[in-house]
Amino acid sequence: MSEIVLDKVWKEYGDQIVLEKISLTIASRAFVALVGPSGCGKTTFLKMLLGEEAPTQGGITLDGVPLIAEPGPDRGVVFQRYSVFPHLTVLGNVLLGKVFKRSPIAARLFGAERRAAIDEAMTLIAEVGLNGSETKYPAQLSGGMQQRLALAQALIMKPKVLLLDEPFGALDPGIRAEIHVLMKRLWHETELTVVMVTHDMREAFTLGTRVIAFERPRDRPEERERYGAVLSRDIDIWPPRIAGENSIFAPDRDDPVIPLGLRQDDPAPQGDILP
Amino acid sequence: MRWINTKPSRATQIALMLAPFLLLIVAYGVTSAARLADNPADKLLPALQTLIDAINRMAFQPDPRTGEYLLWSDTGASLVRLFSALGISTLIALFFGMVIGMLPYVRALLAPFVATISMVPPLALLPILFIVLGLGETSKITLIVIGVAPAMIRDLALKVLELPREQIIKAETLGGSSWQIALRVVLPQVLPRLITCLRLQLGPAWLFLIAAEAISSDSGLGYRIFLVRRYLSMDIIFPYVLWITLLAVITNFALDRLRIAVFPWSNLEAR
Ligand SMILES: Nc1ncnc2c1ncn2[C@@H]1O[C@H](COP(=O)(O)OP(=O)(O)OP(=O)(O)O)[C@@H](O)[C@H]1O
Ligand SMILES: [Mg+2]
Repeated sequence: MSEIVLDKVWKEYGDQIVLEKISLTIASRAFVALVGPSGCGKTTFLKMLLGEEAPTQGGITLDGVPLIAEPGPDRGVVFQRYSVFPHLTVLGNVLLGKVFKRSPIAARLFGAERRAAIDEAMTLIAEVGLNGSETKYPAQLSGGMQQRLALAQALIMKPKVLLLDEPFGALDPGIRAEIHVLMKRLWHETELTVVMVTHDMREAFTLGTRVIAFERPRDRPEERERYGAVLSRDIDIWPPRIAGENSIFAPDRDDPVIPLGLRQDDPAPQGDILP
Repeated sequence: MRWINTKPSRATQIALMLAPFLLLIVAYGVTSAARLADNPADKLLPALQTLIDAINRMAFQPDPRTGEYLLWSDTGASLVRLFSALGISTLIALFFGMVIGMLPYVRALLAPFVATISMVPPLALLPILFIVLGLGETSKITLIVIGVAPAMIRDLALKVLELPREQIIKAETLGGSSWQIALRVVLPQVLPRLITCLRLQLGPAWLFLIAAEAISSDSGLGYRIFLVRRYLSMDIIFPYVLWITLLAVITNFALDRLRIAVFPWSNLEAR
């Protein structure tokens, strides 16, 4: 289980109020898509969930326990850039979490332990479709492949929560559709609660179980410092998506939009079709 | 086509590369010949043949007094000093650069101090070093270390701070401790920079070496140059200067090759 509860969270940087009074309960195994205009505090929100930034007021709990004040292995993360280590190969990147866990002093694995870790890493690498590229360095991979690698690297820790900050924002639509399929599968198959920041409404609605929006109610230039963004929309996707279960409306697809054909205003007419 | 878009072909590139060197040699030959035609006893710009004779004498014939091949014994003495000093500086820079870059407490403690120390003109300290440490090897090596280490520490600390914050956060979410992150994330990424930094410090290191040797020594390339200066032996000084330059160029090149060989990924970024 991994339920995240935010209780009246405020965040200020110096004089500037960024987020105001965010109260939110994120159910275990939910896939929350977070949208909002640029600069409204989405990354700040994610950093608070990571433990990288502390709320100015209010508290955050994970499974009823106050969040540890620094990033840790229970919360994985993928950023838009710089999520993988340029000096390690694909295999080295995925192995790193295992190495940190097993070898506190030398930070290296040897012999049988190393072989076992490599086996596990290889399975994950295959899972995200990077088999064959194990010995390449990130600079030799495309943007989409780097993000797949970042996912595999985070998932080897089996985190309770996966935080994604515009992870697919820099990818072209074709690659993005492909990685959406992967993302959905991973979410179905792993014990994960996901919070994903995105600018792409379509992405939010195709992947999420719940879409929330941050917005500044007062956004005149002179008010911008004194008033932060608040939680302005909170939409549960219907028909509900449930982790690990096929959608009742389309057993072989995750995307309920196409077979239903009901919502003419849904901006997602194609792509994303599971094989 | 705009000038900024016109590029030389491979052959032109090599020709252009060699041109300034050839030009320098020709200019030297012409001026030297002109001066010698004027006054055959001129010592300022010896003829090429005189230079070759001097090289032959210094490098391939034993010194009548000591029985040593002077160029090689001088080179040996200088390089031992230079490389031990650079080795010590590298270790100091690696350690302090990393702790200053990674640990906010150490940064608060040491960053301003190192910045101040790096402003002290090392040559002004030379008399103090000679008085305190004596005239032997220690004072010369110390001078070079004081001259290059602070700059290397600052450069390396900056490099550590330049690592994207996202990378460090990512490493933390993979369960890394401070030590593990230092060892597996930060260290490998600053090592290539350390080598580059060392290359940039070769010039200053040679400067301090020659200065120290000029003032007090009984062997070394700098010592020899300043010794024969008294006799206006340009035929020895010129080849020595060339030799020192060549040594520096080779070291520079070898260090860069080493970086690419050991850290192949560090050259991929530039794509
Ligand atoms: N470290 C910081 N110090 C001061 N102000 C900050 C800091 N980080 C963010 N801010 C401010 O907080 C506000 C929200 O920033 P944040 O990065 O969370 O926006 P965002 O919603 O992620 O935007 P984008 O969609 O462009 O990524 C911005 O106005 C920014 O200026
Ligand atoms: Mg952001």
